[in-house]
Amino acid sequence: MAPVLSAPVLDIDALLDDPQTRVIVCCGAGGVGKTTVAAALGLRAAESGRRVVVLTIDPARRLAQSLGLTTLDNTPRPVLSIDLAQGGSLDAMMLDMKRTFDEVVMAHAAPDKAEQILANPFYQAVSSSFAGTQEYMAMEKLGQLRLEADRNPDNPRWDLIVVDTPPSRSALDFLDAPKRLGSFLDGRFIRILAAPAKVGGRAYMKVFTTGVNIVTTAMTKLLGGQMLTDVQTFVAALDTMFGGFRERADHTYALLSDSATKFIVVAAPERDALREASYFVDRLDEEGMPLAGLVVNRVYRVSAPGLSAARALAAAEELDDIENGIPSNGRSNGSSGVSESTAITQALLRLHAVQAEIAERHQVLAKRFIAGHPDIPTVEVPAASQDIHDLVGLRAVGEALAGL
Amino acid sequence: MAPGAASVRDTDWDGVRLHVVTGKGGTGKTTVAAALALALAGQGRRVLLAEVEGRQGISQTFDVAPLASVEARIAHAAQGGEVFGLSVDAKAALLEYLHMYYKLGRAGGLLEKFGAIDFATTIAPGVRDVLLIGKVYEAVRRHKEHRAKGPGAARAYDAVVLDAPPTGRVARFLNVNHEVADLARVGPIRSQADSITAMLKSPQTVVHVVTLLEEMPVQETVDAIAELRAVGMPVGGVVVNQVRETILTPKALKTAARSAISREDVAADLTRVKVRATDAIVDGLLAEARDHAERVALEHEADQVVAGLRRPTYRLPSLSEGVDANGIRELAEALVAQGMA
Repeated sequence: MAPVLSAPVLDIDALLDDPQTRVIVCCGAGGVGKTTVAAALGLRAAESGRRVVVLTIDPARRLAQSLGLTTLDNTPRPVLSIDLAQGGSLDAMMLDMKRTFDEVVMAHAAPDKAEQILANPFYQAVSSSFAGTQEYMAMEKLGQLRLEADRNPDNPRWDLIVVDTPPSRSALDFLDAPKRLGSFLDGRFIRILAAPAKVGGRAYMKVFTTGVNIVTTAMTKLLGGQMLTDVQTFVAALDTMFGGFRERADHTYALLSDSATKFIVVAAPERDALREASYFVDRLDEEGMPLAGLVVNRVYRVSAPGLSAARALAAAEELDDIENGIPSNGRSNGSSGVSESTAITQALLRLHAVQAEIAERHQVLAKRFIAGHPDIPTVEVPAASQDIHDLVGLRAVGEALAGL
Repeated sequence: MAPGAASVRDTDWDGVRLHVVTGKGGTGKTTVAAALALALAGQGRRVLLAEVEGRQGISQTFDVAPLASVEARIAHAAQGGEVFGLSVDAKAALLEYLHMYYKLGRAGGLLEKFGAIDFATTIAPGVRDVLLIGKVYEAVRRHKEHRAKGPGAARAYDAVVLDAPPTGRVARFLNVNHEVADLARVGPIRSQADSITAMLKSPQTVVHVVTLLEEMPVQETVDAIAELRAVGMPVGGVVVNQVRETILTPKALKTAARSAISREDVAADLTRVKVRATDAIVDGLLAEARDHAERVALEHEADQVVAGLRRPTYRLPSLSEGVDANGIRELAEALVAQGMA
């Protein structure tokens, strides 16, 4: 089949084989197959000799099982039955966001303070449902894995980390999350809430007292006094960790923009998914994040590309005419007189026509994206006729990613 | 039903005023929500279509200018029906709410300045969702004229369709009461959450789930319905989206699945109509038929699972031209024909 894309080709094997590549972040809209691509990349890298850990966020059940992820225990576990002949290894883990947050607290606060924080209702809500916690914790976990990987440079446990990103409501929340949580904890409002407990009667506070009172009164009215009290306790307990969080957020951000990190944007050949992909690509560029390229996943391909949709449809009709004894320019009265085997051929031709049209539409959409981003290396992964939920399927996706 | 919008047909959801639409990412939930809004707007009705994730999916679907936090008309329907669009923004909703109930004046500005608004809309758990659904709740209950209230008064909208968060988050999103229960035990956010919950759990509301005939979306549909039931939300219909035509007859499918279609017969037929019957083309066609048969079998399995849910089920065709404003109309007609609206 002729090359369908005129964009530079994303050379996945070169990326995976380059020892400088230490982190690969897969991002994209929900439902495009991000997790599958991340797992396939990890498997391919491991089987070509790298020591890989794959961090997944919310894998489909059977895909998780294929990676041996049966429990959500927040710890990387080896994936069994892979080919280790090249000296590689593959670990996989599923993110547990609450547990990751708890670990951060325990790592940064004195034991008695940590206990206080973990028991606080406001903390419990923030750590399990705050919009953005999942993104923040995914990045936090990435930071932890990277630290662990770098611990022993001569014989690292992992030399490549592949991360799947959460299906964020707004495309690149995970880039903002560390900053957002950091600025929340450093924020003025939190300071004000914490102030009465902390600063007491310092003179400069008096200037703000009126404003602060109006604000706290309004917030108490709105949220109820209990919530504010919980927040105050939480903030007071968390106070010793402020520096820690801020530092970590900055550290994670620096890690993401490091040249050892590569972003891969995953999209499906659909209008909305490609629009999201455009947004991702532009946003990564704006933030100076190192983009490796775009994977257009689940591109429909026909097995008989030499036959056009129009020709296939015309051929199906001509068969009608011939079987019904009608000359080639006459009108048919339907296919009542068509033999069984010819009816099958006609169905094959009509099926081909429908599929060729879908394939054509996918190409048009992909080309339109490329026209808008001519410099982005791109690779297509053909649609599989089945869901991918075993190592064999992942290996096939890996080969397709490598252009094989 | 609102006076002046007399229905001549029974639909499956007569009496429902809020249709919540969810589904796994990539199943086309925004498309289905848009089609449902158009379908409900037939017969001269006014329908509001709201999104809460700031994705501008509605304006892109209808190919209109990006929506703001003010309702704007985005489409016309049969007999003078109208669809309005709204992208609910938590911050705007909070400021509006404060203004309406507290006449805050200077304090409003101060709240903003001290970061309290940001705190309430992005960080305080659950508050954001209360504000987002709160705006939808207000639109459902709003009356046409300010003075005319009470049970008989005309409503501003005959129905509201909410393009809700995807299946993985929807139960938590709708279960606002639980989310704020531990944190805001008293106060207006709490009482607002209580009123919202009362409406969401009433017969005025249903939650529809959009799926594809594929394993993962169907599994998420099953899970979402169980979660919705567990939190007491009324489960509506299942919309099977992007249903593709089965071109091969059942018998031909069986033959194709066994790879038992005669190569020679196909090649001979192709030659009769002057298609060059190369090995590549004949084998390609047979491979396509086999893949198709495999996929149809998987779809059939998925379909059995959907049937096992015992919910009203609607099927929407895969649009060969992709989804555009005309495509949405085609889907809306299909929903009307199947009694969803």
